[in-house]
Amino acid sequence: MRNSTIALALATLGLTAVAATLLDATLRRHAEASDLRDRADLVRRYGLTDLCLFTEARYTRHLSQTDLHAPFQDHPVSLDHFPSGSLVGPPPGWRDHD
Amino acid sequence: MIVLDGVRKAFNQGKPNEFWAIRGIDLEIELGRVTVLQGPSGSGKTTLLTLIGCLARPTAGRVRLGGRDISGLPERFLTEIRRNSFGFVFQQFHLIKGVSVLDNVVLPGLPTGRRRRELTDRAHALLSRLTLADKAASNAEWLSGGEAQRVAIARALINEPEVVIADEPTANLDSSLTEAFLAIVAALKAEGRTVLMTSHDPLIYRAEMVDRVLSMRDGRLVSQAP
Amino acid sequence: MTDWVEKQRNILDFTLSSLRRRKGRHLGMLAVYAAIVFLLASVMLFSHAIKREAAIVLADAPEIVVQRMVAGRHDLIPGAYADRLTGIRGVAAVTPRLWGYYYDAALAANYTILVPTDQAVPAGSVVIGGGVARARGAGVGDTLSFRGYGGEQFFFTVAEVLPHASELVAADLFLIAETEYRAMLGIDDGAYTDIAVSVRNPREVVTVANKIIAALPDTRVILREEILRTYDALFDWREGLMLVLLTGAVLAFAIFAGDKASGLSAEERREIGLLKAVGWETTDVIAMKVWEGAAVSLAAFLAGYLLAYLHVFHFSGALFEPVLKGWAVLYPEFRPAAFVDVFQVLTLFFFTVFPYTVATIVPIWRAAIIDPDAIMRS
Repeated sequence: MRNSTIALALATLGLTAVAATLLDATLRRHAEASDLRDRADLVRRYGLTDLCLFTEARYTRHLSQTDLHAPFQDHPVSLDHFPSGSLVGPPPGWRDHD
Repeated sequence: MIVLDGVRKAFNQGKPNEFWAIRGIDLEIELGRVTVLQGPSGSGKTTLLTLIGCLARPTAGRVRLGGRDISGLPERFLTEIRRNSFGFVFQQFHLIKGVSVLDNVVLPGLPTGRRRRELTDRAHALLSRLTLADKAASNAEWLSGGEAQRVAIARALINEPEVVIADEPTANLDSSLTEAFLAIVAALKAEGRTVLMTSHDPLIYRAEMVDRVLSMRDGRLVSQAP
Repeated sequence: MTDWVEKQRNILDFTLSSLRRRKGRHLGMLAVYAAIVFLLASVMLFSHAIKREAAIVLADAPEIVVQRMVAGRHDLIPGAYADRLTGIRGVAAVTPRLWGYYYDAALAANYTILVPTDQAVPAGSVVIGGGVARARGAGVGDTLSFRGYGGEQFFFTVAEVLPHASELVAADLFLIAETEYRAMLGIDDGAYTDIAVSVRNPREVVTVANKIIAALPDTRVILREEILRTYDALFDWREGLMLVLLTGAVLAFAIFAGDKASGLSAEERREIGLLKAVGWETTDVIAMKVWEGAAVSLAAFLAGYLLAYLHVFHFSGALFEPVLKGWAVLYPEFRPAAFVDVFQVLTLFFFTVFPYTVATIVPIWRAAIIDPDAIMRS
């Protein structure tokens, strides 16, 4: 078989697979739509305000609810020593204050 | 008919190391013949071949192929003429290493847009004519000198050129391989192709099928043997 | 046209034969490139999916949360504030809330302890999130014991474990009755954590918020819009760090690729000279390099993106888990909802395939203007 035939076939296959991921994503969103609705219901029922991504400290558990100085409890410019502090910062609304 | 008219060629023109490799050549080469350019190294034989083969343009003068002036054409047309009208066998053969013999042979045919099938069929036919049928899939790097030359000849013939140009074709071959090469040249001549070679090997320029020997020295033709 | 196609296919054939020569080297480079694309794509897919999820799920969060601040810190809010809020024009409903954190010393885990406002949990019962159930090894009917603020023991029977699919919002929830909340945490009657306020006309949220601040100067107001913005900006803040690290990798690769491409060896120059001598045009030589660059970078994009998709959406972003988890004991088990931004994928495609291909051609441009007679003179 010709090199180019193999290469073009592989490229087509790969691009089809990329398209398939988009299809897969759509199908999964439909399949899991009720889960998403359930989560939204739970948020409404219990008045939740945040995603439960980081439970190690109150200011990472409820990112949007912490008071202004919570992430800097020891010193205003102390570096955060929690690993998730390297991923998320204070909510942007707060940075408007300074 | 290939006609050269007052052809001169300079390298590094306008610089302190300017060098005139060809200093005025008028020449007519008949098609369908075997012509040998002979002379010491540095005499301008190879440069003359590059001018005839459209690899380079003369600094002055004209080169005509079949009545068409090819010395002033832009690069693209020159490339097209070179591809369709000339086949080259280089002194070092210059096969591409690590690639199969077949891929080497079809190389000049690739940019023509001919079908792959057509090209490989022709390559296989050429290879079996040159007794290399079983080498088609081998790596070009591992060929003997004689085999490498025959692959280079097959490559030169893939686009069915009118003119085959060979630069010192037997410089790396022993006498028996040189004889074999001459047999191939004879066959090409019998097909009606024009063969143009440079050589300072007496086995070549004294060979029977050679129609004409041109001697060169210092960028000029010295004498024209019949 | 068919001639052109056939010619390009011929050139591609040769390019691939030629690539195959230094198989180990090219495959190694492809692997490095694909790994970089994989990391970039994983970060992009994961953050995008989480952001979209947050936007949808938290769209039903309280419109306004009123917190009381004491000396710059969040403090309990008196129930009397609720009455004053009810009097503000435009306020539809006021719900004082009780919630907070409970540190479970046995597990060194933090729970979010909360009193549901819509329906009461019976005294002595608890509804727990999936993460708590997993950490405590508890199921429905089990009894859990906790120490209150004064040292006394409280016993709760698990009435319900929240569904597994809800972990992204509820893994650490611990829902109990109000009386027990107050008794266990020592919070007086009439004190609340904060107050949720809903507004009659959504367009008046900001007006209402300003009225609240005017009426209750010691409070801070958090709008739902701000909550959503928080999650829109999630990972944006020090995502920079991540990207800086990746930029390092990208640059290292650029140097590597540039070096490989610009350092045309004598061998490659000779080959290009030969191609030109046997009738390849400069454009054909460039086409060859374009195909080479496109083949390598397309393969890297396809491998990197497809692996990243599987990683994020089928293996729950397993490689990110240690980073996201950090020091947390309770970590939600979740597969990000499959939100894929086609535009983002196209951007990734463009930025992987295009620069690499260009980087391969640029040095060849110089080589492609090698005179075709060079081969005869060597």
